[in-house]
Amino acid sequence: MPSLIDRILEGREIRQRSPWPRAEVGAHLWRFVANELAQGRLGLLGLWGEPSMVHMAIMDGDTAEIAIVSLDCPDRVYPSVGVHHPPALRLERTARDLFGLVAEGLPDTRPWLDHDNWDVRFPLGERIDALPTSSPYRFLPVEGDSVHQIAVGPVHAGIIEPGHFRFTASGETVVRLEQRLGYVHKGIEGLMTGATLERAVELAGRVSGDSTVAYAYAFSKAAEAALGLVAPDRAVWLRALLAELERLANHLGDIGAICNDASFALMHAHTSVLRETVLRAANTAFGHRLMRDVIVPGGVARDINDSGREAIHAALDNIRLRFPALVELYDNTASLQDRTVDTGVLKPALARQYAAGGYIGRASGRSFDARRTLACPPYDDLRFDVPVLTEGDVSARVWIRVREVEQSLSLIDQILDRLPEGALRAQVRPRKEAREGMVQEGMAITEGFRGDVLVWLRLRDDRIERCHLRDPSWFQWPLLEAAIEGNIVADFPLCNKSFNCSYSGVDL
Amino acid sequence: MRKLLFQSLFRSPFTEPAPSADDAAVTELATSLGRAARRRLGRSLSIREVDAGSCNGCELEIHALNNAYYDVERFGLRFVASPRHADVLMVTGPVTRNMREALKLTYDAVPGPKWVVAVGDCGRDGGCFAGSYAVVGGVAEVIPVDLHIPGCPPTPTAMLQGLLALLERVDSAASG
Repeated sequence: MPSLIDRILEGREIRQRSPWPRAEVGAHLWRFVANELAQGRLGLLGLWGEPSMVHMAIMDGDTAEIAIVSLDCPDRVYPSVGVHHPPALRLERTARDLFGLVAEGLPDTRPWLDHDNWDVRFPLGERIDALPTSSPYRFLPVEGDSVHQIAVGPVHAGIIEPGHFRFTASGETVVRLEQRLGYVHKGIEGLMTGATLERAVELAGRVSGDSTVAYAYAFSKAAEAALGLVAPDRAVWLRALLAELERLANHLGDIGAICNDASFALMHAHTSVLRETVLRAANTAFGHRLMRDVIVPGGVARDINDSGREAIHAALDNIRLRFPALVELYDNTASLQDRTVDTGVLKPALARQYAAGGYIGRASGRSFDARRTLACPPYDDLRFDVPVLTEGDVSARVWIRVREVEQSLSLIDQILDRLPEGALRAQVRPRKEAREGMVQEGMAITEGFRGDVLVWLRLRDDRIERCHLRDPSWFQWPLLEAAIEGNIVADFPLCNKSFNCSYSGVDL
Repeated sequence: MRKLLFQSLFRSPFTEPAPSADDAAVTELATSLGRAARRRLGRSLSIREVDAGSCNGCELEIHALNNAYYDVERFGLRFVASPRHADVLMVTGPVTRNMREALKLTYDAVPGPKWVVAVGDCGRDGGCFAGSYAVVGGVAEVIPVDLHIPGCPPTPTAMLQGLLALLERVDSAASG
């Protein structure tokens, strides 16, 4: 029996197949896909605009088939997906702000990224002058006896990214949280347009600082898919090494930071030390603590030498020595568990509806992990488990990270043991049949520490014509609004840290 | 937990010892930062961090200043929650248009005398984001900057060195 995606694509002209098919569809089929998303038969991976076209990446959760459907909309109007499938809401508001594309039927037409501070409207579409006067943002109304509002941000009390949280509370209990983001919108997709691959991968690595490896990885793979380029084996394995080091450092930092937000500073002090050992090893091995600008289209920009290997092995030994006692400490401290267990519960049905990735999805029963589900090299050749829990509380998100630390330790060992010899980088050359005006498309999905990072791009004459970078947090932030409901205000930092969504990644 | 705490009594600290004499820059940092800070600010300098549009890379390394290896508090440097408690604003990122007003308001909320440190290549001139419709540019486009610490992101050591340089300028301005 043909799969759902096969049926959607049947008879359509496939515009590009690198590595997943993209087909242009009509409004009728677009609505059909929106309905299938709403029915839970498909998952939404992304929705993004172009000046007169809108794209949607979808996945069949059962078969892991992926496709992109595109709707031509010369009059810049298309049928809303968000009206049927709420995960698309913010994406459609963004497409409106950046391109002026109107989602017909969209229930929430407030701007998202555009705070009336740019000099233009629709900066990536047909630009028009900004509105002469800015209008205040209308938060959703909350009605009820003795509810009060607490406005937090954009500047927060800690060393964290800016965003605004509007809480409505009844006594200590949060009745509703509404997020307003967009403060760190830098216009990255605008800067991408017309950029060379070198410049573009630099920008990609600066979308979200803690995921610089994951973004450079996804961007480079998407560019290679477009160019028909194959990275050499050694580069493929080194990329996985970089990705696992990044995951390890971030998870260690997060585990401590979550406990710190429950006022348990001891754990934070210890895991910060372990995180630092990973960053120092990364610096020795790759010349940069966050391993920035190492992954590039075609391969990797630098090799690892013996002292790099030794530094990584020493860091792993240190973590193996000290981490188990910290896990035991977490497990055996009742006052800490009292804060994390049953707090900020995300129901599995919501995680599934939003196709939430990373530890957020996996702590709420959704097993998707791009390393396993999509099984790209070298992960198809490595042994690792994908931990999944169903409790969906802060504690479950801590435990997923703990288990993933253990898996990353094992993965790094395996990679270092089996690292193939050979070239580091395939030359980025125009194809033989290259000609002026040649258009090439590619897409890639990599598993960052936070979840799946998706990059789609189109090259024209080897420059970026359009590049979309979709952070996993697009489908995680809205779930935090749901998870905090009914919790006390004082538990918000704890819940927020357990999600650890990216601001810069979604603001772009 | 008792076991972990007990071990800490006997294990040598993670905090790196006062750097060796041959590490001239860092030694100078450790000693003169302490002296200058004490003279001018009574052993403490309170820092408020503001992300005005960064990718979050600089924040990660500012966090690292607080870990046991760098232990920034031993120098009298402390991160505080409110601009009203701060002597120094550490600002990261190219300033986005959407953060310009918030940055200005935060600066205005810091009581004088106050200093501003722009952290990272983006804080200097917008870095790789300069020229975007959504970006104002470097921090100095919005508020006066006393010191730039370059890097993408700067290492924790580079940030410590930068804070020292600031303290010396603060100190010489006070005595001059």
